[in-house]
Formats: sequence, structure tokens, C-alpha cells
Amino acid sequence: MDPQHLNLIYLIIAAAVATFVTRIGGYVLITQMKQIPPRLEAALNAVPAAVLTTLVAPAFVYGGFDVAVSMFVAFAIALGLNLSTLRMLVIGWVVVMLLRHLVL
Amino acid sequence: MRKDEFWEGVRGGFPIMLAASPFGALFGALAVDNGFTIADTVFMSATVYAGASQMVGIELFGNHVQPWLVVLSVFAVNFRHVLYSASIAKYIRHFTPIQKFFAFFLLVDPQYAETEKRGERGLPVTFPWYLGFGLVIYFPWIFNTLLGAIFGQMIGDPKAIGLDVLLPIYFLGLVMGFRKRDRFLPIVAVSAVASVAGMHFVGSPWHVSIGALAGVLLAACLPPTGAVAAPPVAIEKEA
Repeated sequence: MDPQHLNLIYLIIAAAVATFVTRIGGYVLITQMKQIPPRLEAALNAVPAAVLTTLVAPAFVYGGFDVAVSMFVAFAIALGLNLSTLRMLVIGWVVVMLLRHLVL
Repeated sequence: MRKDEFWEGVRGGFPIMLAASPFGALFGALAVDNGFTIADTVFMSATVYAGASQMVGIELFGNHVQPWLVVLSVFAVNFRHVLYSASIAKYIRHFTPIQKFFAFFLLVDPQYAETEKRGERGLPVTFPWYLGFGLVIYFPWIFNTLLGAIFGQMIGDPKAIGLDVLLPIYFLGLVMGFRKRDRFLPIVAVSAVASVAGMHFVGSPWHVSIGALAGVLLAACLPPTGAVAAPPVAIEKEA
């Protein structure tokens, strides 16, 4: 196995360990729970939205016209009708396919 | 092992397995598209077993983001599990250490929700029930990943069949799932602007750390609201 591929295997194992730590962590902590400082809690609370946004915004801005339109339409319809992520994906996919194969 | 309890768990987990299947296949196809082999893809589903964070992982890996940041992001996306394992502690205290190990490994969002519901109703949370519920989701998740990966490898140009829009929209859906949390809009606005600026002035993959850090720092600096953190909405249904 070449070293670069080996690095990916290590990366996956590290991700698996990190995930397992979150799954056992609460159980371990609850036995010796102390107060989490409010600012740390606020920061931790913000982590998922902050990280995930960085995967969305650049794709919207630099992904091209068709990607931006399909993202926006999927977002607007899903927000308006309170749709699940799966339905939102279907809408976005239909829009981008229409744009690529019929319109542009 | 009580057989009837095991099968009761299997029946309970079955509809959730069906709902999660498209995501397993989607992960498989996108992972191959992001440079994973079929074996890597299946290995990740079998060991990490957390859909949303697996998607984040392959996206960051495909963008050549530094490994420590990939692992940190996986940890961050999965951080909600800390709350789950703390919350179900009272129901699974009677499991043996080995049983606890498997229980925590299988602790995905629906597993948590059902365990909590069962415990709250006063029904016994037995290991056979827990295992039946967990395995009927776990094994198909791996199998669907494999199907998606095989399918993904047959695709020449992912753009022609619109695969490239799926990850950004998927992440957009996850972001929207957090919209009930404190300071959601300012955090998202700051992270969005900072990540686009980071992409423009510094370049990929640094835009991820720059954007994430900006949002997290903002949350830490704003005066505390004292409100209890709302759990993520979408992520609980679909991850």
C-alpha cells in the first residue's frame, strides 16, 4: 500500500476513534459532571453550524450559476414547506439537471 | 440472549434503516468521487458509522484539508453524541462493559431517540433489544455504502448526472437543522463571509478553518444568553 493511501486509512481510523469518544464521552462525564463555562458551551454549540457553513457558502459563490440556482431553489422550497433533507436533495438535483441538459 | 426482545428491536429499527438507505448509497457514490477506493469507503462506514460526519470527512479530504482538521470536524459534527450518552446513562447502567462498548459504538441519532423514549415510558432497555435495533440499521448502512460506491465508480463525469450539487445541498440542509440554536443567524453569516473571503484571499482548504473559527469566536464573544442549547433538528432525523 502506498504511503498516501496508508495516510487515508489512518485518517479514517482517527475519525472513527473521535466519533467513539463522542459516543462514550457523555457517559464518562456524567459520573463526574462539573459546570461547563457558558462561553465554552456557546462556542461548542456554534461549532457544527460554523463548520458546515464553510462547506456551503464557497460552493454557492464559486460553484457556478447552475449550482447556485439549484442550491437557492432547494433552500427556498425546503424552508417554505419545512421539507426533509432528502426531499431538498431531490429538488436541487432536479433543478441542476434541468439547467444542464435542457436550458443551458 | 432473549430472542423475542432482539426481534422487537429489529422491527423497531427497520423503518429507520429504510429511511437511512439513500444516504448510505449517496455517501458511497460521493466518497468514490472524492478519491476513496471502494474498500476505503466501506471501511469508513463500518468504523465511523455516523452519516453526516462521514460526508463532512470525504468533502474535506477531497479538498485536501489538513488531516487534523478533518478529524476535528468529524469530532465537532458528532459532538452531540456526548449529550446522548450522558442522557441514556441511566437506562443502560446495567449493561456489562462489553455490552456498553457495542452500545456506544451503535449510538446513532435514532438509536438514542428510541432508547430515550423506551426508558421514559418505563419499558426495559435490554441489551438484546438495543442490539437488534442497532444492527438492523448498521449492516444495511454498510451494504448500501458498498452499492453506492460500486455505482459511483461506474460514473465517468459526476457533473453530467448532477452529483456535484448534492453535497453542498446536503450540508445546507444540515445547517438549516441547527436554526433553532442560539445566535444561529449571526454565526452562519460570519462563517459564510469569512469562508468566502478565506477562499478568495488565502485559498482552499484554509477557508474551512478560517470560516469555522470566525463563527465559533463570535459565539464565544457574544454575551451569554443563558438559554439551554436546542438540539439539532435535521441531523437527528437523518444522520
